[in-house]
Amino acid sequence: MFVFDRHPSRYRHWKLAFDGPIATLSMDVDENGGLVEGYALKLNSYDLGVDMELNDALQRIRFEHPEVRAVVVTSAKERMFSAGANIYMLGASSHAWKVNFCKFTNETRNGMEDSSRHSGLKFLAAVNGTCAGGGYEIALACDEILMVDDRSSTVSLPEVPLLGVLPGTGGLCRLVDKRKVRRDLADVFCTNPDGVRAERARAWGLVDAIAPPSDFAARVQARALELAELSDRPQGAKGIELPPLDRRIESDSRIDYDWVGIEIDRVRRMATLTLRAPATAPESDIAAIEKAGAAWWPLAMARDLDDAILMLRLNALDIGLWVLKTRGEAAHLLAADRALAANASNWFVRETIGMLRRTFARLDVSSRSLYAVVDEGSCFAGTLAELLLAADRGYMIDRTASGDTGPTIRLSPANFDLYPTVAGRSRLAARFNSEAVADALRARIGESLDAPSALAAGLVTVTPDDLDWEEEIRLALDDRAGLSPDALTGMEASLRFSGPETLETKIFGRLSAWQNWIFNRPNAVGERGALTLFGSGSKARFDWQRV
Amino acid sequence: MSALNYQELIPNNVDLGGNRQLQRALEHWQPRFLAWWKELGPECYQASDVYLRTATSVDAKGWTTYGYVKMPEYRWGIFLADREPERKIGFGDLYGQPAWQQVPADFRSALRRLIVTQGDTEPASVEQQRLLGLTCPSLYDLRNLFQVNVEEGRHLWAMVYLLHAHFGRDGREEAEELLARHSGDADKPRILGTFNEPVSDWLSFFMFTYFTDRDGKFQLKSLAESAFDPLARSCRFMLTEEAYHMHVGENGIGRIVRRTLEVMKELGTEDPESVRRSGAIDLATIQRYVNFWFSSSLDLFGSEQSSNAATSFANGIKGRPDEARFEDHLALDRTFDIEMPDGAGGVRVDAVPLRNAMNEVTRRAYVVDCETGFIRWNRLIEKAGFQTRLSLPSPRFRRSIGAWGGQSATPGGAVVPRETWEARKGEWLPTEADGAFIRSLMRQVVEPGKVAGWIAPPERGINHLPVDYAYVKVH
Repeated sequence: MFVFDRHPSRYRHWKLAFDGPIATLSMDVDENGGLVEGYALKLNSYDLGVDMELNDALQRIRFEHPEVRAVVVTSAKERMFSAGANIYMLGASSHAWKVNFCKFTNETRNGMEDSSRHSGLKFLAAVNGTCAGGGYEIALACDEILMVDDRSSTVSLPEVPLLGVLPGTGGLCRLVDKRKVRRDLADVFCTNPDGVRAERARAWGLVDAIAPPSDFAARVQARALELAELSDRPQGAKGIELPPLDRRIESDSRIDYDWVGIEIDRVRRMATLTLRAPATAPESDIAAIEKAGAAWWPLAMARDLDDAILMLRLNALDIGLWVLKTRGEAAHLLAADRALAANASNWFVRETIGMLRRTFARLDVSSRSLYAVVDEGSCFAGTLAELLLAADRGYMIDRTASGDTGPTIRLSPANFDLYPTVAGRSRLAARFNSEAVADALRARIGESLDAPSALAAGLVTVTPDDLDWEEEIRLALDDRAGLSPDALTGMEASLRFSGPETLETKIFGRLSAWQNWIFNRPNAVGERGALTLFGSGSKARFDWQRV
Repeated sequence: MSALNYQELIPNNVDLGGNRQLQRALEHWQPRFLAWWKELGPECYQASDVYLRTATSVDAKGWTTYGYVKMPEYRWGIFLADREPERKIGFGDLYGQPAWQQVPADFRSALRRLIVTQGDTEPASVEQQRLLGLTCPSLYDLRNLFQVNVEEGRHLWAMVYLLHAHFGRDGREEAEELLARHSGDADKPRILGTFNEPVSDWLSFFMFTYFTDRDGKFQLKSLAESAFDPLARSCRFMLTEEAYHMHVGENGIGRIVRRTLEVMKELGTEDPESVRRSGAIDLATIQRYVNFWFSSSLDLFGSEQSSNAATSFANGIKGRPDEARFEDHLALDRTFDIEMPDGAGGVRVDAVPLRNAMNEVTRRAYVVDCETGFIRWNRLIEKAGFQTRLSLPSPRFRRSIGAWGGQSATPGGAVVPRETWEARKGEWLPTEADGAFIRSLMRQVVEPGKVAGWIAPPERGINHLPVDYAYVKVH
């Protein structure tokens, strides 16, 4: 079982240094430090383990170093920025591993842009050597790219000509959508295995600026300081330490955290995630919130949920249905939401909201069926109601016939304002495919919606009564778990992201789908496929039919 | 016919006179090359008459035309070895198919990269050696230095010809870049690290020509097997010239050893300090320079396991030196045993797919080839009655890349703790003090027939001329 826990004191692949408002994140991959056996991470190439450290480093910068306003992403190797994802690792990996790896790396890079957009953390790629494939995609995720002009170093996306696959970590989309590289030049760039040197890279818009080696460090420093000026991160704030998660792996079917429990039913191929509300209202004034730090419920819960999602995605591939449940007192959740809203301009609360936003976004792109079950004792209120809104379906017990209110659902302003999906709008708007319908529900903020009201408001899908409940739920879950996992993945991904596209929806929808298709084709992974044969020396043999 | 007499201006056997496109490219490039030569070629002697060999054709007579020439007026020519009409690809997946006269689109960028990397080393070495003329031990050596330099210049021409003739606009751009990068220039360094270190004394120069030019020989031998026929033919002809460069190295080191032995015999001691006081270079110092240059040259072959090497072999781009002497030219289902550090201070043997081990195959042939000089030098030492022997260090010693990169192995090949290695490296590698001592010996000697005191005179002159001939007329 793989876990995502990392700590700067144990990094094998990155160096994290702080100098006033600038953090420098230097890639220095340990060739022999692969997450699994069988490949060497040469030339700053990376695997999932390298990216776990990158993800951890970003989290440290967000929470433990509020003074950091700009992050320089560079390499500690000489004349080599990064060769991108390790090809031998990809060649040796199962399809599922590749897809999981790409999803996580995509989320990490999107997370950099998310932090730039929402939290004032600016990123400067200091490309100090040759930068290929996934290496260039890391640079593309930064706000700006400064490249060394030593007459040798190049940037490239050589996946198509060398490997017969795509630059699938956002490279193709960011080239045209974010950097506005002219389409024909992008076409030339993406089919040239050698890439282009600094001067042309600048002329084509592949990088923002170039500098000779003698001037490079000074230019990086100067530009990083300028970017830092654009940031509204606080001066003189004290960081919040992120202690290790208390993850208790109790058996192969039970993992427990402080605020999240996972129960896996291996036979029925489903997992129940139960999120727990705090026992009392969480701290609400800023001094107390900062004092609580990582133990403050909104952050503690987000970290638990984030890890739970990652653990299930990586380690439980055949568990295709996640049942989302909640337990506890709705009032405490609404109090938590009020505290988040009231202190949203505080850096720590802002980072906590960001963490929640990115965690819910992970749910959206997880290739698992999500069913929310609103049962007795549940508390789908405010922030935790996002789980219901993220789910493909919601089932709510209706006890009104027995003269009992039963569980209720409560919306809060957080559901409208705090957690836009990667499509850029609230989950309510995405659910109704309408801003107007979603907006009308603002009138019902705070209201306790019982099953008939929730059904009428369109917040749940089915409301079996208490007599039918057990059997209805059992059938619903088993039905779902019996459908084709591939078809479900495609169907859910298509239905979850309605409305206009964004860079992220294109990356997760279009680019990933194409990449995952190519990853399955003989031209890439067959016996004579380009990815299979890479490094063996033999040339790929293609089936020339265009499909 | 062109108005210019191309044969006179640029001696060639590639029908330059009949190829307008190529003429235009080379006419554009040549002035830049000359400007580069004047700026970064040998310092101080551009106006001197140097007794040089010029290749004017590829037959035995044509490539040994001797005469005085001012270096900027040297006739850098373009020569390919004679074409074998029915040449077939000799190895890899395309074994037995006709060799390519044009670059296949699939391999265009791989070939271009290879030619650029090879081409980049040629002017780099000229730049590295540009100040050596100021401290030459004799006119004979000065002339040899310049012979090496102009031929490296010609090798650059050979690569630029290929770029211009076969790689279109990209090739022309790369040809320009070959003149734009400069050895040791922090902003525009040469591609390979080793070629950015200056060669600032003559002991290093002889080591460079013995060890580093020999790497060049093996690279050229690999490329001489290439399915891309113009590259193969070009490299085959370059090899005839490269042989002389290694001779300069072997001859130079041999003469230093001879002089050292004379001094040791006179003094009746091997004691390094006494030898040094008498103005000769002690054998221990020579060994340290050997250790340095051998190890850095080994790195030029690349990693023991290499996907690039496998791809180049499979695609017919780069073969093994003397491919014909191997039985199996496909190298498909075989493995090659490679020694790797086992992570616990020992050695383990990995069976690597043969195609991925091509760098190591070439490196081993190189190591064997490096031994030849040592046999000769040690025979001299033995005859003089001394016990010391010069030897190659273990290939594990002081490597920067590959499996042994960064491992603290001794010249004997044992892995020792990093601190031990650091503490003892002064025994194994040239120290600051060694460098200072060598530099103190570097005094220019330019009187015909005279030779500096740290090196024996050559046994014979150039082209049957006497040793005291004025090989360079210094103005």
